[in-house]
Amino acid sequence: MRFESFADLLSMSGHGAFVWSAYGITLLVLVVNVVWPLLTIRQRLAGLRRADAPGVVEDP
Amino acid sequence: MWRWFHKLGSPRSFYLISNRLLPWLGAAAGLLLVVGAVWGLLFAPPDYQQGNSVRIMYIHVPASILAQSGYLLMATAGAIYLIWRIKLADIAMQCVAPLGASLTFLALVTGSIWGKPTWGTWWQWDARLTSTLVLLFLYLGVVALRSALEYRESAGRATAILALVGVVNLPIIKYSVDWWNTLHQPSSFSLTEKPAMPAEMWLPLLVMVIGFYCFFFTVWILRIRSEIIQRESGTEWVRGVAGS
Amino acid sequence: MKFGPMKPHRRQRLMVVGLIVLCSSAAVMLAMMALEENVNLFYSPNEIVKGEAPVDTMIRAGGMVLEGSVVRSETDLTVDFVIGDLVAAEVPVRYTGILPDLFREGQGVVARGRLTPEGVFVADEVLAKHDENYMPPEVADVIARAHENETPAGESGGQ
Repeated sequence: MRFESFADLLSMSGHGAFVWSAYGITLLVLVVNVVWPLLTIRQRLAGLRRADAPGVVEDP
Repeated sequence: MWRWFHKLGSPRSFYLISNRLLPWLGAAAGLLLVVGAVWGLLFAPPDYQQGNSVRIMYIHVPASILAQSGYLLMATAGAIYLIWRIKLADIAMQCVAPLGASLTFLALVTGSIWGKPTWGTWWQWDARLTSTLVLLFLYLGVVALRSALEYRESAGRATAILALVGVVNLPIIKYSVDWWNTLHQPSSFSLTEKPAMPAEMWLPLLVMVIGFYCFFFTVWILRIRSEIIQRESGTEWVRGVAGS
Repeated sequence: MKFGPMKPHRRQRLMVVGLIVLCSSAAVMLAMMALEENVNLFYSPNEIVKGEAPVDTMIRAGGMVLEGSVVRSETDLTVDFVIGDLVAAEVPVRYTGILPDLFREGQGVVARGRLTPEGVFVADEVLAKHDENYMPPEVADVIARAHENETPAGESGGQ
């Protein structure tokens, strides 16, 4: 551990704003990248299920 | 080898194979990124000149590497589509573009945030920075062209050609720092020489780079699956997947 | 479908793909060569000394801050220093303002400003250029100390 305290970790001897904002933006971009396709997959599959609902298709 | 290649080329078998692969890739990505970020933020040493701002390197460098590797993969998929007309290659190419664009954006933004405390500027029209911006526009061009063209066949061919034309930008990005005077420093890593930093710095960086690769493939596969579901929605097997 | 020797129409497409990459690369490379001068972000001290840089025009100059050349004004923020390069060309620089944290003697800088007819570069922006070497402060200390022990006292300049 390179930092004495939590406040130290936050300030990073003056570079905190730069380091943390860079990591924050990265986290945001990565999360959006994962969540987006997961949501569209779920939507598309749900759409297919609706189309397959009883009475529409001859599925046994 | 060819048979395997061809089998993977069918959307259905890609979907089934990726079913097994995805949890492992996703878990590896999550684990490596968390370990690498904690290592880089808390345990890696500061730089003797840049101090703690050097910690931005642990995200800036992997994002830049993946931005470029992603483009190479996209252009390769484009070439495969142009030559063999494999449907999955077209899907794969279209699915890299938004992901690659977001990683290029990330490389530019983190670089800018890193540049302010070290160089004293957010942005310079330096050859490395400018060619990376061109990379972002190439990705966005592929996304735009894809959505502008109505017919899937011609859209696939046009975007593949655009992707191939843009390949020339990759060596320019890589060698810009050697060919011209730039503000950006030359690379700290090469295949022939040992890294210009100690192991306590390049190890967490290596973890982050591998983590970013796993992340890239996870998201790429997710996007491809989403696209497959849409394109093959009329088929029996996709209905089976939806029903289960 | 059967893979073996490539079918003629595929081989033709492969060549088209190769041509696209080749032609676009050639075009861009030619453009780059034509633009050579403008792609460079800055003039080196050697180019400035040889008179290749325009006088009284907004340009950038880049080089190493020579050891022991930094003179800070006692009344304002004006700093004078000399930038040099490996060819031993030297250009005096004058700048008024706040220098970046990484500004040090022996470090690279890129300055934007105008070259006076007397050959002084008057900068209105100074950026620090760092190299590709990274190391923890402890290691840098050790290296600096080892370096001091090697060279006779007085010769080792810088901080």
